[in-house]
Amino acid sequence: MKHSMKVNLQVWRQKNTQAQGNFENYSVETNPDMSFLEMFDVLNEQLIHDGKEPVAFDHDCREGICGMCSMVINGNPHGPKQAITTCQLHMRSFNDGDTIVVEPWRANAFPVIKDLSVNRSSFDRIIASGGFVSVNTGNAVDANNILIPKDIADEAFEAATCIGCGACVSACINASAMLFVGAKVTQLSLLPQGQSERQSRVVAMVNQMDAEGFGACTNTGACSAECPKGIPLSVISTLNREYTKAKLNGI
Amino acid sequence: MKLESKIPEGPISEKWTKFKSTVPLVNPANKRHLEIIVVGTGLAGASAAASLAEMGYKVSAFCFQDSPRRAHSIAAQGGINAAKNYQNDGDSVFRLFYDTIKGGDYRAREGNVHRLAEVSTSIIDQCVAQGVPFAREYGGTLSNRSFGGTQVQRTFYAAGQTGQQLLLGAYSALERQVGLGNVKMYNRHEMVEVVTIEGKARGIIARNLVTGKLERFFSHAVLLCTGGYGNVFYLSTNAMGSNVTAAWKAHKAGAYFGNPCFTQIHPTCIPVSGHYQSKLTLMSESLRNDGRIWVPKKQNDDRHPNDIPEDERDYYLERRYPAFGNLVPRDIASRAAKERCDGGYGVGPSKMAVYLDFKYNMMQKYGRTEASKHNIENPDDATLLRLGQEVVKEKYGNLFDMYKQITDEDPYEVPMRIYPAVHYTMGGLWVDYNLMTTVPGLYALGEANFSDHGANRLGASALMQGLADGYFVIPLTIGSYLSGEIHTKAIPTTHEAFEAAEKRANERIQNFLNINGTRSVESYHRELGLIMWNKCGMARNEKGLNEAIAEIRALREDFYKNVRVPGTDKEFNPELDKAGRVADFLELGELMCIDALNRNESCGGHFREEFQTEEGEALRDDENYKNVFAWEHTENNKWELHKEELVYENIKIQQRSYK
Amino acid sequence: MGVLSFLFSSSIGRKLVMAVTGVSLIAFLVVHCAINACVFFMDGGATFNAAAEFMAHNLFIRLAEVGLIGGLLIHIVQGLSLTLNNMKKRNNKYGSSPKRTNSTWYSRSMGLLGTILLLFLVMHLKDFWIVSRFDAQGGLTESKTLYHFMLEVFTNPVPVTLYVLGCISLAYHLLHGFQSAFQTFGLNHPILTPMIKTLGAAFSIIVPLVFASIPVVIHLGLIK
Repeated sequence: MKHSMKVNLQVWRQKNTQAQGNFENYSVETNPDMSFLEMFDVLNEQLIHDGKEPVAFDHDCREGICGMCSMVINGNPHGPKQAITTCQLHMRSFNDGDTIVVEPWRANAFPVIKDLSVNRSSFDRIIASGGFVSVNTGNAVDANNILIPKDIADEAFEAATCIGCGACVSACINASAMLFVGAKVTQLSLLPQGQSERQSRVVAMVNQMDAEGFGACTNTGACSAECPKGIPLSVISTLNREYTKAKLNGI
Repeated sequence: MKLESKIPEGPISEKWTKFKSTVPLVNPANKRHLEIIVVGTGLAGASAAASLAEMGYKVSAFCFQDSPRRAHSIAAQGGINAAKNYQNDGDSVFRLFYDTIKGGDYRAREGNVHRLAEVSTSIIDQCVAQGVPFAREYGGTLSNRSFGGTQVQRTFYAAGQTGQQLLLGAYSALERQVGLGNVKMYNRHEMVEVVTIEGKARGIIARNLVTGKLERFFSHAVLLCTGGYGNVFYLSTNAMGSNVTAAWKAHKAGAYFGNPCFTQIHPTCIPVSGHYQSKLTLMSESLRNDGRIWVPKKQNDDRHPNDIPEDERDYYLERRYPAFGNLVPRDIASRAAKERCDGGYGVGPSKMAVYLDFKYNMMQKYGRTEASKHNIENPDDATLLRLGQEVVKEKYGNLFDMYKQITDEDPYEVPMRIYPAVHYTMGGLWVDYNLMTTVPGLYALGEANFSDHGANRLGASALMQGLADGYFVIPLTIGSYLSGEIHTKAIPTTHEAFEAAEKRANERIQNFLNINGTRSVESYHRELGLIMWNKCGMARNEKGLNEAIAEIRALREDFYKNVRVPGTDKEFNPELDKAGRVADFLELGELMCIDALNRNESCGGHFREEFQTEEGEALRDDENYKNVFAWEHTENNKWELHKEELVYENIKIQQRSYK
Repeated sequence: MGVLSFLFSSSIGRKLVMAVTGVSLIAFLVVHCAINACVFFMDGGATFNAAAEFMAHNLFIRLAEVGLIGGLLIHIVQGLSLTLNNMKKRNNKYGSSPKRTNSTWYSRSMGLLGTILLLFLVMHLKDFWIVSRFDAQGGLTESKTLYHFMLEVFTNPVPVTLYVLGCISLAYHLLHGFQSAFQTFGLNHPILTPMIKTLGAAFSIIVPLVFASIPVVIHLGLIK
């Protein structure tokens, strides 16, 4: 059994969207095999035991795929390691006695609900504005009638692995959602399905993205570097190209 | 009340076709006035909500997560079955039907399963049309792989993220309808009551998890697509939020619960590492294609696995099941691992694990092939291992990385340690052929119902069932009920039934907050999970189940005396949400044990130690238990058993053998 | 406007304007750098003065200059407005900064670098451009050419330092801006994209280096 370790936490506490928040200090006995969220479970157990209010944080699958967990840890979305989500981070990535600062995603388009939980419905609305192929159930042709070369399918898949967690927005100095939108636009523009709405889709999605209050991209690349799924920056150039083409076509 | 499965008459292959052409329909003008509530937005819920909205119904959809895209369908790894026969290997609708019934150890309904196999092909078409990036061959056609227990390649997949891609497809269809105004989406809302008026489901009470407000919603029909209840075991591969609450409230409102004790324990999960553990992670079933499972021949052997010589290893699956070896179905592999660990042969710090070792296949299978590809003659072991590792990395790299991330051990160097974990629940709300529960107007889809997997689910069938129910079954079957509802005007939510339901929900919440005890909700959940796992888990017996029932009752009593739920009901309060869910698990757990106790046979995932063959295999009792147990909730924590006899007209029942 | 209104309203459109004007400014830098480099002919400024004379009086150049100034103004106004706008997208700032560098500091500081360049530009235009185009400060004569004027300015260490700092800002601004512009154009090619990145990096180092070397070399008296 690995020995226990102790960490000091500075956790953002905020009662609700309107309230002013502040950092609170806690110290937690943990061990290296614990996941970061399990360490928060321990903290909450402790807080409940002491008659205090536990820290609200979003989490669900705890295996890195649902996209629900969302903590900025020492300034990095999903913590210091690359290509993983917060729930996949383990305490062995920290040292005994470390002080760890934990904050919510911060962006006006992701208002804080409470403590570390934020509202990411803006992402849903972007998808609702055009992130789909307009095909009603029952309208499909036989699947093998649509041939897609393996490399195209693989590239589309790579873009489609986005989990919609919002780390890209939280990492971006401009709180831009271009990586998220670019991933969906790239996936759908690569595939033969839904080509008829290719141009209207990208314009609608970018309009919605702007309306939601995300910032403009300045190509810093922080989004891709922090993306737990490693969505490449090239999806943004694809988005730029698709959008510009559509606009120049008068869409 | 007599259980009517409403399976259409006629030969098995014509039932669904005939049903489709004779089911009453609702004309488009009337659809606009009919409201449908969909609870849960996983594969079943999202696909149902989207499809019904496309048809013109007024749909409201609810999920407790912050977005419909988070539903736990997203975590499914392996794939989705469909009887496409693209590989020309003799697959057919009948074969998929047959495999599913047999895999379920002859405890599923023929009519439903055949329909599932029939619509499976349309699912793939639909998903591809939506832009789901399935794996492809170089020629551009769809790729298939084989999956547990079948002899054909019928599994479609998108790397190890098939569930994610299918869910995002259904989610995009749903969001499209949201954008068009045909679906009203309620995120972070949890259903806490089904409202029934004159015996029919007429809406729900949902709690806005952000504001804490109880909200009332009317509808002509309610669809529960709320997934399984594996989290009753606390530790499972389910998401932290997965719960039984919606199904349980429906159960208490009159819906019978079918086969609650049928639980799937998946053999290849990363073992528990400490008492703080909150969740178990699955290592895909596909790993068993290339990994060999073993334990030391000596009990309590503490040597490092790499120091244990070949002849001191017990490849117990290969020893016991020479015909299928490491590829026996999930229930059998799980029980065999338990048998070894209980016997003192387990490995790792907890001794509750077995090795899944890739070294042999890395060297002998892939290493040799690669060596011959590279024209290396007489390669030494190190070369074979290096070459083999490269192949394995390409095939399973992300799984190996995931394993290393969690355990801090490198599975390329040392064998993986694995142990079975709760993964899926075959049981669920009892439904008829139309997917309607025993409450008129109340439906259950996907994992939330009991219908298609019998006592054991085959790999890659859960995704198939969720999408079949949502895209292709419910849009038609709901017509037979709603066609009779076209004259029902929207009932104002000031109706006394809504008042009463909201009052019930509110009283429960106030009760949780007022107990003000000393123990956290989580601690009760852990304790319940341990009881369930030890006494209603992979192996059950009469004594243990009786003990479990008593322990659960005592724990429940203690919960209502000593639980502490902090905060208020007028704010975002995850602890309060959890309290409601755990309270329901504390009731469900008892019913599961009662169900297991009453089923005096072993079948599929349900293994009663009293009923086994001399070799320790499950011993079915088809004379007495070729039926579905459907439990009616009569009063507080009292149930009455109803049985639905299963009729097998097209499949000859046999003893499953994998030797 | 119609079809082109997106260039001033949507986030991507506005970035496109930054990229187009940015690339035209890069093109200008090539010309400017080439002319400046004429001082290295060591011919007492003869070539340099001839080039400067050409630039000052050629009609086509003067017309292009109007376009250049227009582009520059748009680049400045749009850039400042975008930066200010982006700053408003996160009202609550983070309490900690990342330990791992997920992006370069200069890519995050384009607004700041641009502002420094703007200040530098004001000084630079006042120093040379106004002198060469208009007859301010006594104007240029046969005996007092732009070249001589330059030698005079750079005897003072203060402008030399400011020019070097300006060129460093320019280097970092270009280091991000050059490849960023092509990203905004939507270029995403397995061969071309890496080439552009390399080219951009080389350009961002060489051009400002040439610019910066002139005041230094003059100040050190290596060119007379």
